[in-house]
Amino acid sequence: MAQEHFAFVRSHMLPEAPPPAAERGAIKWLRENLFSSAANSLLTVVSLYVVIQIVISAAPWFLNGVWDSPSLTACRDILDGNMGGCFAVLTERWNQLLFGFKYPSELYWRPGLAFILLFVAGAPLLFYKLFPSKMLIFTGLYPFIAYWLIWGGSILVPVFALLGVLLGVYVYKRTVAASAGMAVIAGFVAALIFWILSGFITAPMENVLAIEAVPSRDMGGFMINLMLGVVCVSLSVPFGIVLALGRQSSMPIIKWICVVFIEFIRGVPLITLLFVANVVLAYFLPPGTSFDLILRVIIMITMFASAYIAEVIRGGLAALPRGQYEAADSLGLDYAQAMQLIILPQALKISIPGIVNVAVGLFKDTTLVSVISMFDIVGMIRGPILASAEWNGVYWELFGFAALLFFVTCYGISQYSQWLERQLQTDHR
Amino acid sequence: MAAETQLKVSDEVAVEITKMNKWFGAFHVLRDIDLTVYQGERIVIAGPSGSGKSTLIRCINALEEHQKGSISVDGTVLSSDVKNIDKVRSEVGMVFQHFNLFPHLTILENCTLAPIWVRKTPKREAEEIAMHFLEKVKIPEQADKYPGMLSGGQQQRVAIARSLCMKPRIMLFDEPTSALDPEMISEVLDTMIELAEEGMTMLCVTHEMGFARKVANRVIFMDQGQIVEQNEPEEFFNNPQSERTKLFLSQILGH
Ligand SMILES: Nc1ncnc2c1ncn2[C@@H]1O[C@H](COP(=O)(O)OP(=O)(O)OP(=O)(O)O)[C@@H](O)[C@H]1O
Ligand SMILES: [Mg+2]
Repeated sequence: MAQEHFAFVRSHMLPEAPPPAAERGAIKWLRENLFSSAANSLLTVVSLYVVIQIVISAAPWFLNGVWDSPSLTACRDILDGNMGGCFAVLTERWNQLLFGFKYPSELYWRPGLAFILLFVAGAPLLFYKLFPSKMLIFTGLYPFIAYWLIWGGSILVPVFALLGVLLGVYVYKRTVAASAGMAVIAGFVAALIFWILSGFITAPMENVLAIEAVPSRDMGGFMINLMLGVVCVSLSVPFGIVLALGRQSSMPIIKWICVVFIEFIRGVPLITLLFVANVVLAYFLPPGTSFDLILRVIIMITMFASAYIAEVIRGGLAALPRGQYEAADSLGLDYAQAMQLIILPQALKISIPGIVNVAVGLFKDTTLVSVISMFDIVGMIRGPILASAEWNGVYWELFGFAALLFFVTCYGISQYSQWLERQLQTDHR
Repeated sequence: MAAETQLKVSDEVAVEITKMNKWFGAFHVLRDIDLTVYQGERIVIAGPSGSGKSTLIRCINALEEHQKGSISVDGTVLSSDVKNIDKVRSEVGMVFQHFNLFPHLTILENCTLAPIWVRKTPKREAEEIAMHFLEKVKIPEQADKYPGMLSGGQQQRVAIARSLCMKPRIMLFDEPTSALDPEMISEVLDTMIELAEEGMTMLCVTHEMGFARKVANRVIFMDQGQIVEQNEPEEFFNNPQSERTKLFLSQILGH
């Protein structure tokens, strides 16, 4: 018998080959996921039964729903004892739910247009890879355009607001090389002074290039929630970044301002801050100055959210290895450059889930303004609509609708953030 | 001294450290360090763990602050003045043990970032420079990948290229090969040898004694925060003077 021997030399290397085609198909999926064992099968059957029961009992409420009727009693007549929802309240009070009950109806197109433009402005920011970066110029101008559309009045107000921002940025850029922390403060103070001074110019020129003005107290409905949500989230992210970095500052004054601010704001319930905005601030203001209520609420919610976002970002900063700071330093980048180019992009990416968490919470918390007698969507439902003779007693349909609006928005935000996280994934761990 | 003149490769001083001391809190890490590095010198720093090798070279580009004595780099004295520090850092390249590439940027962006932002080089030109150095470290084809997709050896070569893109006059290496698999060590060392042959001033903390013999014109041995011995590599390895050095060499070369 020939002697066996194990010596072996590979004569040619194997080429790369595709993996075997995966077995696919619905049946296989069902078997693997729903009926993999007796217990699993039982669970599947029971769950299916529960789902079907829920659908059977809820379906008539939707299917028999009345969409056209002037009042609850009329709706009940149409239903004639059958089960069904009175969705007519939504169609009949549609504009009130969206814009409040005092916004002039011939001007609905203005907030409507602002809403559409929001997508044009948001797209290049949210989907930066798909749109030319020139569109960001419009994004920068959008807040001022939207303000003018929604509030109306003289165009000078948003123009001066914009100039104030530009001045602040200019001051920041000029001083950032010396000290980033001081530059932020200097820029902010410059803008603030400019705005206060420009108030003296714009006040007597109310009618220069003016469109019909709508005061804040005439606004309401989901528009308010959306406005507060969008404005406060977009403001609180940059403020949160500044606070988080300030908290790590080597300058004690800056550090302690940030720590005290964050800890104080986080320790106070939002509703308290809103009452402060509503009532207390008025005492401190010189008599005769009208400091817009919505503006006060925006400031309070922004402060509240920035404190939370600052802590989320601090977590992101802490998660970065020290080597990243050192590599940035060793290349000669200054503090502002290292932060902007190396540290923040990574820290913010880590912080996305936390920031979204705060953003979604904040957006839902905008309904708290109904407590300080603003007529946001919840305020509208609880006040003018449910109090009216026609619709007293319609709860499910109204609150269900409000819940649906919030759910759709929040779910959208959540889906977007997960997509963004996948986009930003560059490490293949 | 005879040895002193022999060690000189040029008259131009690159780094001058005099009576430098550093403490971490109450812990005296570096004690009375005196070191003059001439332009074009290749210095290898060796020593047991915790002897302060990393701390010493990190003081040279002010990643660590020293408390006493002076360090001047290319004539610029390191003080707490941020302007001076940034100037020195842009002249001194540093390569780390763990590469420290920026994971959110592509290889090319890693290399062009500092030239564009610190040197204000136009983007096109910075990219050309980057590609030149990526070719030099033999990975131009990886330019559009992210660091996470590269092997350790490749990442370290990118890190070297990234530093070179700033056209530094001095390069610092802190154990550039100790996080690498044996197969990848040589590809990184080859890159460093090539750099040395071109006359780059290099300070290199490493335990690769083969590299030290081949490339260094001076080996410095540190222990307990002090320079214990320095000499030409031949003398250093064949005829160590201090007991501490002998022990260290027997441990590191013993097997
Ligand atoms: N940031 C720090 N704070 C306090 N002590 C430190 C710090 N960095 C280093 N040390 C201490 O200083 C001493 C010298 O550290 P260093 O990193 O310079 O040593 P090393 O010679 O590079 O050692 P290794 O070969 O392990 O890298 C060590 O005892 C270390 O524990
Ligand atoms: Mg070390």
